[in-house]
Amino acid sequence: MDSVTTITDAPTRWEPGRLSRVPYWAFQREDVYAREQERVFRGDCWNYLCLEAEVPQKGDFVATRAGDTPVIASRGRDGEIYAFENRCAHRGALLALKERGNVKEFTCVYHAWSYNLEGDLTGVAFKDGIKGKGGMAPSFCMEDHGPRKLRVAVVHGLVFGSFSNDVPEIENYIGEEVLSRIARVLAGRKLEVIGRFTQMLPNNWKLYVENTKDSYHASILHLFFTTFEINRLSQKGAIIVSPNGGNHVSYSAIDPEAASADYAEQNIRSESEFGLADPSLLNGVDEIGDGVTLQILSVFPGFVLQQIQNAIAVRQILPKGVEQTELNWTLLGFADDTPELRLMRLKQGNLVGPAGFVSMEDGCVGGFVQRGIAGSADEDAVLEMGGEDAVSSESRVTEAAVRGFWKAYRQEMAL
Amino acid sequence: MSVPATEMPVSDDRLYRLLGQFQAQYASAIDEDQLEAWPDLFDDACRYIITSADNHKAGMQAGLVYADSKGMLRDRVSALREANIYEQHSYRHMIGQPLIKARDGAELQAETSFLVVRIMHSGETLLFASGRYLDHYRLDGERLLLRERIVVCDSRAIDTLLALPL
Repeated sequence: MDSVTTITDAPTRWEPGRLSRVPYWAFQREDVYAREQERVFRGDCWNYLCLEAEVPQKGDFVATRAGDTPVIASRGRDGEIYAFENRCAHRGALLALKERGNVKEFTCVYHAWSYNLEGDLTGVAFKDGIKGKGGMAPSFCMEDHGPRKLRVAVVHGLVFGSFSNDVPEIENYIGEEVLSRIARVLAGRKLEVIGRFTQMLPNNWKLYVENTKDSYHASILHLFFTTFEINRLSQKGAIIVSPNGGNHVSYSAIDPEAASADYAEQNIRSESEFGLADPSLLNGVDEIGDGVTLQILSVFPGFVLQQIQNAIAVRQILPKGVEQTELNWTLLGFADDTPELRLMRLKQGNLVGPAGFVSMEDGCVGGFVQRGIAGSADEDAVLEMGGEDAVSSESRVTEAAVRGFWKAYRQEMAL
Repeated sequence: MSVPATEMPVSDDRLYRLLGQFQAQYASAIDEDQLEAWPDLFDDACRYIITSADNHKAGMQAGLVYADSKGMLRDRVSALREANIYEQHSYRHMIGQPLIKARDGAELQAETSFLVVRIMHSGETLLFASGRYLDHYRLDGERLLLRERIVVCDSRAIDTLLALPL
């Protein structure tokens, strides 16, 4: 029997295999949302949970979510990282009420059922009753009860979890090309969290995912980037789309030789006069040593690693209902940062996050779409920039990575 | 021998009034769309950081906004005017009574709570932010200038975006 939520209500029209069209109902419907929870977030996917650096000691934990499902990631007694549902096996209450902390065990506040750091049920209050009366049946076996456990994989300090036994190993899931670009930023470096912020977006989560994969919009919507040559389409750069479509990298490097004629020829709003009173904001160093000033990378369904000069952050995209998304920013430094480099990161932090000079628009543009498509469930978004396929490209004037997302999404959703 | 009036140290009572007036000017600059006047409330050497209570408590340095010069404050205003795209909206600041934490001559530390309501052009009004201003002022005669304002938001979550300063 198929336990997966079925898409029951019309319209469900979506031309098979055509990646360049996305019907707007995909952003609007409760039944689609419910199916995503089952097939994507609890399905054959890896969900980003936290950083290894956030749970350095035994008993450290982070309470997060895999889609809607509350999840605890904890450092177990053996020093490994475990992940399990944040749900008591008794009556379903949350086990961890704080977002992070250090504990010896997890105890449900409701009836004091307790769990070890690996998520195994280890204690039931009054299990044998009091004075021979009450208590659980003798047949009750604690081993048979517990929150569902997730498979855990750690990649260059990033902790992912999956409810699926069928999902490929994380290295294969991410793919070699994208994985090497994670390594480029994070491998062998001791991470330090320098700030956390949450942005509540007034739109379906997939609209923000599309945005992060959309290299076409970056230099058009974000004037700040364009003017200061952090990101021009005429820069050197490329898009990498993983074979399954779900993961991508967009990167660029400053090319001082490149003329801005591409822009002058077109009536694009980005072409305007603008100067900075204190350009120290843009001071940066090539800390990785390859000239790449911008790299945006995503892993299906909702993980983003960002390097914008020295502003390095991970973003966790969590759905919160059909028309709301929680975007968690974790800003990163490294233990060996010099004070000068750390200050550069702090100042370049102005570029990103909810108040970011080059990201605040991303916070509202999804809402513009969500509001714009009300009443047009059966109309389609047109994604034809750069063709109709979802392959890597030397041009960033393309929606290939966005199409890639839909390729992976439709595969997982069987839509 | 009497001290000339211009060199009289500002009394605590007077200082309290000046702080109230200053906070009202600060709110007015932002709420009444006089953003260009906002950086002038800061000293030439200044810091302005917006962060969350969690980050502040954990000693994490990064801000939603991190400015360490008056120029960066001016750039924030220019970017809002010239570069950034956002729907038209305004704030209404409700600023509490200043708690003077320390005073050393012309240097002053104070803490003040605030509420900010955001009004969208569509008419939607939302309680947008609450928190504390952790301030370091310099008194120049009777004029107060912010050497540092750390805006510690009670919540770490921002609805949609943070464009106008808090």
